[in-house]
Amino acid sequence: MVNFTVEDQEGNRQECEAPDDMGFNLMEILKAYEYPILATCGGMALCGTCHIEILEGKDELGEATDPELDQLENLPEYFPTSRLACQIRIGDVLEGSVLKLRGEDQ
Amino acid sequence: MIHTDLCIIGAGPVGLFAVFEAGLLKMRCHLIDALPQVGGQLSEIYPQKPIYDIPGYPEVNAQDLVDNLMEQAKPFSPTFTLGERVDHLDKQEDGSFIVTTSDKTKVHAQVIIIAGGLGCFEPRKPVVENLELFEGKGITYMVKNPETFRDKNVILAGGGDSALDWTIFLSKVAKRVTLVHRNETFRGAPDSASKVFDLANNGKIDLILSANLKGVSGNGVLDTVTFVDKSKAEIKIEADYLIPLFGLSPKLGPIADWGLSIDKNAIEVDTRDYSTGVDRIYAIGDINTYPGKLKLILCGFHEAAIMMHSAFKYVYPDQKLSFKYTTVNGVNSF
Repeated sequence: MVNFTVEDQEGNRQECEAPDDMGFNLMEILKAYEYPILATCGGMALCGTCHIEILEGKDELGEATDPELDQLENLPEYFPTSRLACQIRIGDVLEGSVLKLRGEDQ
Repeated sequence: MIHTDLCIIGAGPVGLFAVFEAGLLKMRCHLIDALPQVGGQLSEIYPQKPIYDIPGYPEVNAQDLVDNLMEQAKPFSPTFTLGERVDHLDKQEDGSFIVTTSDKTKVHAQVIIIAGGLGCFEPRKPVVENLELFEGKGITYMVKNPETFRDKNVILAGGGDSALDWTIFLSKVAKRVTLVHRNETFRGAPDSASKVFDLANNGKIDLILSANLKGVSGNGVLDTVTFVDKSKAEIKIEADYLIPLFGLSPKLGPIADWGLSIDKNAIEVDTRDYSTGVDRIYAIGDINTYPGKLKLILCGFHEAAIMMHSAFKYVYPDQKLSFKYTTVNGVNSF
């Protein structure tokens, strides 16, 4: 199991855990926790509705991929540590990180 | 006023297949969609992506599926209102409905079928104070008629393909075009990006890079747009129009106000016929919810077939519906 913290749009924080051996991505876990993420495209990095900001733990998670940047750079809001949750595979790199839900869609 | 048997709200794959199922039962359809083209999210979000779970197609390109569904619906001559959002549903004394769109198009139908997917695609708006005050008074999120901008000072904000394409197009129409983008480079089509840089180098447009939209102001109508550059300095530009282009995102919109039972942005339906709690209104595809619901195109197709057999009684109250196979009877167009 991997443990991390999620901050919603109102600033409420919740500790979350996710299995790291089932091939889930972060968007799927956030939806399982019933965060209001649309995930219109289902995880293809094509809609930008699972936009999050990495508040802590960015170094471990690495840089956004090219398909992510194509979406992120066209969103009205964009932060230096913006990512699309659907492009982050659940794994050790997430352990201890703090994520904030972003975007007007959530 | 457009008169039809069934008004289908949403021209995505499920709405299009519903036309075919309705046609087999001799019911005519008019479809309305907020997007300017049919196909819903398949055409809008992932037209060139493969889909692997359509029965009979081991792999099908999303736009090809939409094109095929249009071909399949063709014998039943569906009519369309595209680029307009359904705003109102008004029940008539005889039980039928009059639908009114954002552009005041009116459709009279015996039955309403909501096949709206995740809702209507609406422009993403930048987070800027007072933006709403100037919507329709200088701020617009799409270019419907380029002539609106002739000889005007126009600012476009954004860095995607549509921002690049409209900058190039409007540079020939507007008095002055300014494109503002938050980065130094564009990730859109390289050809378009290089055309935009050429236009800027030749003094045909103003290009402001590494700047973000900060504020809008004016006396009743927009006259000034403020941006902040990377050194936090404010840039004020006089403008007749501001066009923020940050993509589209689905919103449930007015559907929420139609008295339907809604759970987590989806319409609750009876799985016997996908009817909603309101007489003569059905919901099929991703917009509905019920125990065990799967948001799959193929499930929406199934729902369309079942619900049409239920809707038949409203269109032909004096006729008995007899079930027929297309292989036996063919597809009889009208």
